[in-house]
Amino acid sequence: MMFTGMFHEAWSAMGANRLRTALTMLGMVIGVGAVVLMMAIGQGAQNAVKESIDSMGSNLFVVLSGSSMTGGVRSGSGNAPSLTTADAEAIGELPGIAASAPTHMGMAQLVHGSLNWNTTVYGVTPSYLDVRSWPIVAGDNFTESDLRSATRVALIGQSAAENLFAGEDPVGKTLRIGQAPFQILGVLGRKGQSLDGRDQDDLLIVPLTTAQRKLFGTPFQGSVRSIMVRVERAEVMPQVEIAINALLRQRHHLREGQENDFSVRDLTAIAESAAETTRVMSLLLGAIASVSLIVGGIGIMNIMLVSVTERTREIGIRMAIGAREIDVLTQFLLEAILISIAGCLIGLMLGVGSAVLIHLSTGVPIVISGSSAIVAFLVAAATGIFFGYYPARKAARLDPIEALRYQ
Amino acid sequence: MRDTPVITIRHLYKDYPTPAGSFPVLKDVNLSIYPGEFVAIMGPSGSGKSTFMNILGCLDRPTSGDYELSGKNIARLDKDATAKLRGQTLGFVFQGFNLLPRMSLEDNVALPLVYSDVPKTERQTRARQLLDKVGLAQYAASLPSRISGGQQQRVAIARALVNRPGLILADEPTGNLDSHTSEEIMTLFTSLNREGITIILVTHEPDIALHAGRQVRFRDGVIVQDMPTGCNHEEELAGAAP
Repeated sequence: MMFTGMFHEAWSAMGANRLRTALTMLGMVIGVGAVVLMMAIGQGAQNAVKESIDSMGSNLFVVLSGSSMTGGVRSGSGNAPSLTTADAEAIGELPGIAASAPTHMGMAQLVHGSLNWNTTVYGVTPSYLDVRSWPIVAGDNFTESDLRSATRVALIGQSAAENLFAGEDPVGKTLRIGQAPFQILGVLGRKGQSLDGRDQDDLLIVPLTTAQRKLFGTPFQGSVRSIMVRVERAEVMPQVEIAINALLRQRHHLREGQENDFSVRDLTAIAESAAETTRVMSLLLGAIASVSLIVGGIGIMNIMLVSVTERTREIGIRMAIGAREIDVLTQFLLEAILISIAGCLIGLMLGVGSAVLIHLSTGVPIVISGSSAIVAFLVAAATGIFFGYYPARKAARLDPIEALRYQ
Repeated sequence: MRDTPVITIRHLYKDYPTPAGSFPVLKDVNLSIYPGEFVAIMGPSGSGKSTFMNILGCLDRPTSGDYELSGKNIARLDKDATAKLRGQTLGFVFQGFNLLPRMSLEDNVALPLVYSDVPKTERQTRARQLLDKVGLAQYAASLPSRISGGQQQRVAIARALVNRPGLILADEPTGNLDSHTSEEIMTLFTSLNREGITIILVTHEPDIALHAGRQVRFRDGVIVQDMPTGCNHEEELAGAAP
C-alpha cells in the first residue's frame, strides 16, 4: 500500500472522531509541554550558575596568607604577613599556570566632588585582569611602569563608578582617597553578582605597589594578602595545588610537621557543586515531566485499542479486498504516530509559550534550545510507535472471517 | 467440457473444534468450476455453504484436501500471498454491502487498488468508470449513507470489479434487498457473467438461484445436488423449500 494513501486514510480516521482525537492528543500535549517547559527552566538555571562561575573566572586558586597571633588574639586568614610578591612570581613559574596575580586589598573612602563612597580597593599587578578574565570597557589598564613607580592611578568597577560619578564618564577624572588624588584610567566591564550575592562591580583597582606603599602599608617590603592563580586547564588543578603547597612551604622554610602559614583554596569547587546541584535539579524536573509523557502514551494506546475494536468490521472488509497484515499494521501505527506528532507540535508550542510567559512574569531565567525540541519530537514519534504497536498488531492479527461477522 | 477449471476442489474437509470434540462442517467435497460459469450455491443454514464460501474466498483454510484457484494450491500459500490473491483474483460481494461509511463511493470503489499499488490517478479513473457502469456516477463524491441499499450493493459490485478479477464471490447479495431491487442486482450479475466473469453466488432463495446456469446444493456438509438450471428443477426446488 502506498504511503500517501495510508497517510490520507490515517488523516481521515483522525478526522472521523475529532473530540476523541483531540482528547488523546491532549495527553501528548501536556507531556511534551511539561518536558519542554521543565527543560527550559532547568537549562536556564544551569546557565545562570554557569554565568556566575564564568564571571568569577574559571580554574582559579586563591592563595591566602595565614592568620597572625598577637598576644593570644588570632586574626583571620590573610592577615599574617607571610605572602610576598616574590611568592607570586615563583608560583607563576610553575608548569600549568596561566597567570598569577598578587593582591593587597583594604577598604577605603573614595571622594569625588560632593559624592563619596566606601569600597574595597585592590592593589594588583596588570595581569590581575587576565586572571579574572575581566575586560576594560572604557579607557586602559595601568602598565608595568605604573607598578614600578607606584603611581596614583586606578581602574573603577561599574557600581563604584555609578555611586561616585553619577552618570559622568569617569575616565580621566580624578578622585581622592584621604588627601591623595587618584586618576581614573579605565572602567571595568560588568560582572554582576558573585555566587554568594556579593556585588563584584563595587571596587577600585590600583597598582599593587601603590596599595602597599601609599594606601594600606605593609608589615614588610613586598608583602601581599593573597595571590590569585589561574590554571591553564581544569584537569591539572589537583597537581597544581600540590605544587603550590610544596613551593610555598619550601620558600617559607617550613619544617616537616610545621603547619602551613598560608592556605590554597579552589574557588571553582563551590561553583561546581552549585552547577552540579542545578544539573541534578533539571534532570529531576525532566524525569517528572517524562512521566506525564508516558501517561500520554498510554492514553494513545488506550484509544487505539478502542478504535481497533470499533473498526473490527472495517478491518475485515479491508482484509477481504486484499489488505495484508502489514497494511493494516501500518495504517494503525501511522494513525498513532500522527496523533503523537501532532500532539507533540502543539505541546512544543504550549511549552515554549508558557516558558516565555513564566520568564516574562517572574524573571526566572529560561533557555529554549533546538536540541530539546528535537528530543521532544523524537520522543513523541517513539511514544507513538511504542504505544501504537500493540493495538496495531492486534488489528493486523484479526481473523478476517470473525472481523467480517463483527457487528 | 471446457478448458481448465478456474476452481478445483478435491476431497475437501473442514472441521471446527468444539468443547465436545471436532465437528465436521464439510465432508469430502469435490467440485470443479470452469471459467465463465454462473454457479448458485444453495442449502439451508448450517449446511456448510458459508464455510465453503469462506474457503473459496481464501478467508479460511480447509482442514484437509486440495483447493486450486487459477492453478495455485491455496493450502501452500502464506497469509500475504492469499491476501494478494483475494485482492487481485477475486471480487467479494457481501449481504451487508460492507462499504466503508467514512469514505466517498469513489474512494470505496478504488480501495482495493490502494492495496495493489495502483497510482492515484488511475485509481480514480477506474473507480469512475465502474461507478458509471453500475449507473451511479453522479454519486461518486457521496457517502454510502446517502444512497439506498440497492445502490450500495451496486457500488459494492463495482468495488469487486475494480481489480478486474476473473471471479466474483457473492454471499447472499440480495439478502437485505426487496424483490424488485434483487432482480436489478441479479440482472447486473447476469450481464457481468455474459462479459466472461465467473460468478459464484450463495443464496437460499430459489428464484434468485434461477439466474445462475448451474445450481449446487449442500446439505450437512456434502454436495447433494449439482445440476444445470433447466428442466424439472422446479420440482426439486419445491421439494427443498422450507
